[in-house]
Amino acid sequence: MESLATFILTKYNYWAVIILLVIGLYAMIAKKNLVKKIIGMNIFQTAIILFYVSIGTKRGATLPIIEHAYGDSAHAVHAADYINPLPHVLMLTAIVVSVATLGVALALAMKIHAQYGTLEEDEIQEKIMESEPGSTSTSG
Amino acid sequence: MRLLGFITVVLLGGLLFHLSLDFPDLGDASSPAATHVSPYYIEHTMEDTSVPNIVTAVLADYRGYDTLFETAVIFSAGLACFFLMRISERTAPKARFYRHLPTGLTLRIEKGGKIPEDTREFERIDSVWVPYDVIITMTCRLVVPFIQLFALYVIAHGHHSPGGGFQGGVIFGAAIILYAISNNLRRTLRRMSERMSALFGSVGVIIYGGTGMLCLLLGAGFLDYRGMASLLGVDPVSARSYSILIVETGVGLAVTAVMVWIYYNLSSAGKQDEGL
Repeated sequence: MESLATFILTKYNYWAVIILLVIGLYAMIAKKNLVKKIIGMNIFQTAIILFYVSIGTKRGATLPIIEHAYGDSAHAVHAADYINPLPHVLMLTAIVVSVATLGVALALAMKIHAQYGTLEEDEIQEKIMESEPGSTSTSG
Repeated sequence: MRLLGFITVVLLGGLLFHLSLDFPDLGDASSPAATHVSPYYIEHTMEDTSVPNIVTAVLADYRGYDTLFETAVIFSAGLACFFLMRISERTAPKARFYRHLPTGLTLRIEKGGKIPEDTREFERIDSVWVPYDVIITMTCRLVVPFIQLFALYVIAHGHHSPGGGFQGGVIFGAAIILYAISNNLRRTLRRMSERMSALFGSVGVIIYGGTGMLCLLLGAGFLDYRGMASLLGVDPVSARSYSILIVETGVGLAVTAVMVWIYYNLSSAGKQDEGL
């Protein structure tokens, strides 16, 4: 029982990430509405961000800002006392970029809605087929 | 399709779950992610750059290339939204709505009708009726300056506390978007025009890239801030610290402008006339 609890406590972050990742991927594959697909993409991105941030933790370490005071220039800094800053840096930029790409994705969705009057993928495909009667494509 | 997707996703989840058993434990200080390059950053940031916040130092100094191009990506996202959505306003809308402020009456003016000139008495409102809510407007008007001040603090104090260009820029952009939501788009555009947001976005990227080029001209490598020492008149370690602030300011400008620009284009479907 003791070992099971330890096992869960040392791995549960990956499971949370996997659940979020799978939800996002399912929404991207199975949902027909384009906005739902975009939301799925965002959940997927959140899973990746959570994964990176969770692997940056160290047991018993504090946040990656070195303790300092005025005039206190050179004291020894031990890597074990501070959590890993690298995943935080990578995710910091990734979060802002994900917001920007979300904006582009929504702009594309709005353009599609203006063109076809719907955001459902199968209806859009039907309208594309209607507008090109000569082409007998097998897709859709 | 739905069943196929479900099976794929469950298989992937099971595979990842199986693999997660081999992953390093949560909080393991000897995990691969925490052993190779990150101890160097933690132990040498203070003597290399004199910046206590390691995240800021790594972001703007050690990994400056990455951040430069992330900023460029954000700016291109703003440009992409602009090119996708923006419609230049050649055709006037069918009907405009004005509110007569002293009486609270709403006027509907058809196309070609005489548009009231006196803006002190008439205020243009959106055709989708927007409630005249004093509480929301006034609360946001009071809160917005403090949010903006906090954003500037986050950018300027990024060396010593959690913060930096990206976070501060997003907070500043959020303050402007809050103003646009609580009032209306036209009033926000009078404060920060589209031209200004496009200009700030490009100026932010130019500040970042220009700092890198300046280092190159002063005899150091691209984005090697030690070259700025002679220009700033300080020792190379302080030069890195100051250059990080310059670069973060550029990032903050670009992020603010692009967030606002994307909001302008998305909320009004590119017309920038009526919107949230």
